[in-house]
Amino acid sequence: MSKAKKKIKVIKIDVDKCNGCRACELICSSFHATPKYSSNNPERSRIRLIRDPIKDIYLPVYAGEYTPSECTGRNKYVLDGREYSECDTCRASCPSRSLFKEPDSGLPLKCDMCDGEDEPMCVKWCLSKALTYEEREEEREEEPKLGEMEIGLESLVNRHGLQKVMDTIARLSKKG
Amino acid sequence: MAFAEAGFNLEIDLTRGSIERVATDPGLSKLYLGGLATNTKILWDRVPPEVEPFSPENLLIFGTGLLVGTPAPGCNRTIVSTISPQTQLMAYSMMGGFWAPELKYAGYDKVIFRGKSPTLVYLWINNDKVEIRDASHLAGKGAVETQELIRQELKQPYAQVAAIGLAGENRVFTASIEQGRSSASRLGIGAVMGDKRIKAVVVRGTKDINIARPAEYMQLCHEVLAYISDREEKPVPGVMPILAGLGSPQEMLHTDEKWHTENFSWGNSRTRRKEFWTKEVEEKWKETQETARTRLISCYNCPMKCGAIISLPGMSTYMMKCFTKLTYNMAAFVDDLDFGFRIAQRATEYGVDGFSTPQIMAFAFELREAGILSEDDFAGCPDDNEGKFYWLLDRIVRREGIGDILADGTHWAALKIGKGADAYAHNNIKKHEQLPLKLGMLNPVYFLMYCTGEKANITQIEGQFPQAPFPTMEEREEFVKDWVHVPDEKFKQYLLDWEVRGEKSNPYYPTIDMSVEIVDWQEKMHYIDDSLGMCAGLSSFPLKPPYHIHNYPILISAATGFDFDEAALSLAAKRSRTLLRAFNIRRGLSRADEKPPEDHWRKRFPELEEQLLDAYYKFKGWNNQGIPTKETLHELGMDYVSEDLEKRGILSYE
Repeated sequence: MSKAKKKIKVIKIDVDKCNGCRACELICSSFHATPKYSSNNPERSRIRLIRDPIKDIYLPVYAGEYTPSECTGRNKYVLDGREYSECDTCRASCPSRSLFKEPDSGLPLKCDMCDGEDEPMCVKWCLSKALTYEEREEEREEEPKLGEMEIGLESLVNRHGLQKVMDTIARLSKKG
Repeated sequence: MAFAEAGFNLEIDLTRGSIERVATDPGLSKLYLGGLATNTKILWDRVPPEVEPFSPENLLIFGTGLLVGTPAPGCNRTIVSTISPQTQLMAYSMMGGFWAPELKYAGYDKVIFRGKSPTLVYLWINNDKVEIRDASHLAGKGAVETQELIRQELKQPYAQVAAIGLAGENRVFTASIEQGRSSASRLGIGAVMGDKRIKAVVVRGTKDINIARPAEYMQLCHEVLAYISDREEKPVPGVMPILAGLGSPQEMLHTDEKWHTENFSWGNSRTRRKEFWTKEVEEKWKETQETARTRLISCYNCPMKCGAIISLPGMSTYMMKCFTKLTYNMAAFVDDLDFGFRIAQRATEYGVDGFSTPQIMAFAFELREAGILSEDDFAGCPDDNEGKFYWLLDRIVRREGIGDILADGTHWAALKIGKGADAYAHNNIKKHEQLPLKLGMLNPVYFLMYCTGEKANITQIEGQFPQAPFPTMEEREEFVKDWVHVPDEKFKQYLLDWEVRGEKSNPYYPTIDMSVEIVDWQEKMHYIDDSLGMCAGLSSFPLKPPYHIHNYPILISAATGFDFDEAALSLAAKRSRTLLRAFNIRRGLSRADEKPPEDHWRKRFPELEEQLLDAYYKFKGWNNQGIPTKETLHELGMDYVSEDLEKRGILSYE
């Protein structure tokens, strides 16, 4: 496989600088509304602030991959004297919690780094600089590009398992 | 589809236990915006003047501002309105934090309580599901503690909770409503909440708030944010640090308290300690504050960090902001700041106002010294200044012994105590305790604001125009250079000509007419903010704020889809201000009530003061008793007000 340079987008999170205002959540939901900026609702945001002021916990977390089943992670992290659950640090949209799901449809949300903008909106709106943006180049093995149908099938396989998908296709092809 | 607003109010009848979701009239926002103004409209329509604060007919309204929940930075205020047990007039106390946006996302602009619950309850709003729940297990719990207990019992870590402590439950006239880092604490609204037997109002919302013209709106929000960033780099020179930047006074950030501790009065607002701020005190206080403060924190969608998490060994963590840091120390004559942070923790859990409460205690100890209150009243009270204050705070909040009388505030307590006690309740306006500030020369602008402010609280009216003249012409010219906020260029000239001494200085300059115009401008900005739910700290309170009369109309128009220009916006603010005045007039407010504390300024000018009031009333379109005239009300489209005032014999045909 050939090697190619790839732009890696990174958001650096400095939890000590977070002032807990949740502007990141608000602007994310607004940016991703259709039409753009037409509605506001932190529940639709792809960044959520895990926030417990009395325990001094301020942890911005970004929505990552969807996962069809919950994991076994119930561990605790103690960082700087503050206790976080493993879930607090996890980016997955997962069945065990309500985080990172469209409130109407329940479909998973995922951060896209505000593709097309100079920097993600959450970073732009974080005047406290708890969120900062970096770009760097990395050399990566080029992965073969998946076609649209392959992406669709892959997510079906992820959800239902390969055998079920194959059985269904077999059944459909008999009907045809 | 509703824009900016949710379009529905919740009506809760506590006596019957009924809950209704009521659609609101979008036309009202065109006339009144929302927030404070529409709260006032509801009180005007539904609470006749004979209703007592602790009557089931009194309403308790939790209103959100028109733009709350939208991306406008700093727009997050809850405006709580009712009849104040202290002033007997309309109370509107406001809080920032996270509660108001959550209510908008749940699909409501206001929660309106009427009646009285037979038992202690809390209201749980979870989008469309709303229930009144038993709160008997929360009786006596702290206001901060309660918020956490409810979140745990509902398994809703993201619910926002506004709660009262023991003070509210016991109807202490200075009881507050606490919510995270914020509180609505002036004028005793926590007492009305307690009287209705509501321990807390809890909300969780996951719906949308829509914008009419999104691209335009967002561009303005980006400009505001960029302005804030830039303005933070450029503090206004020549004014004290807490007035140089944006936000509410940055008491949690700054540790230099020379100005407050040496210029504000200690004890029962009596004694100035001009040599207090020594090097030793400075170092000690800095260390205490930096140890106690774990983090500077903000309200919803606001980059300013006006609050702090306070954590001291041996007590539970709480949040603080603004001047409460100093009020207990100064009232109690305690020189160690650690006391201030510690007693404020207890006071926050009790849920009491940090301005009035310490003054009530200082007042009581002065009465004891004067022999007006007896030693029996203080049986069991420790001798040291710290111990004395803890002891009395407990008595007041529990309404035990002398505490029961003092719990009604200095004005009403003095009446009950008699024996000349009223002379000691010397720092009130409209029966409400004020900042412990005593000055030399009368400032005509401040005179008018103190007299006529419907809230009876100076920080809710001032801003925009500097508090004092700049000594040199260079400084003045520098200041007016980028002063785009003025509604008219003439204000720049007023400032340029304002001198520290001589002919063009206080009290005769700014002239009467200028003073009236300056007050009108400052007041207008506050009324707009309070209707939008905008924090005064980014708008009407600091010098050169990001929001002003020139960009507000565009912002409001883009959000709502209604077309506001400066004239329409000014008119909406005038409606709000006039209606609130009429409401208070109907409850008995008169010209005789409109005066600052006798000793606020050493030098007074009775004739000038009368002229100032006359001119202000005239400018506002009120008669010389401060009552809006029929013509003024007609021009504002508010004939319903003049008809009511006429029917009651308050206004008569001339």
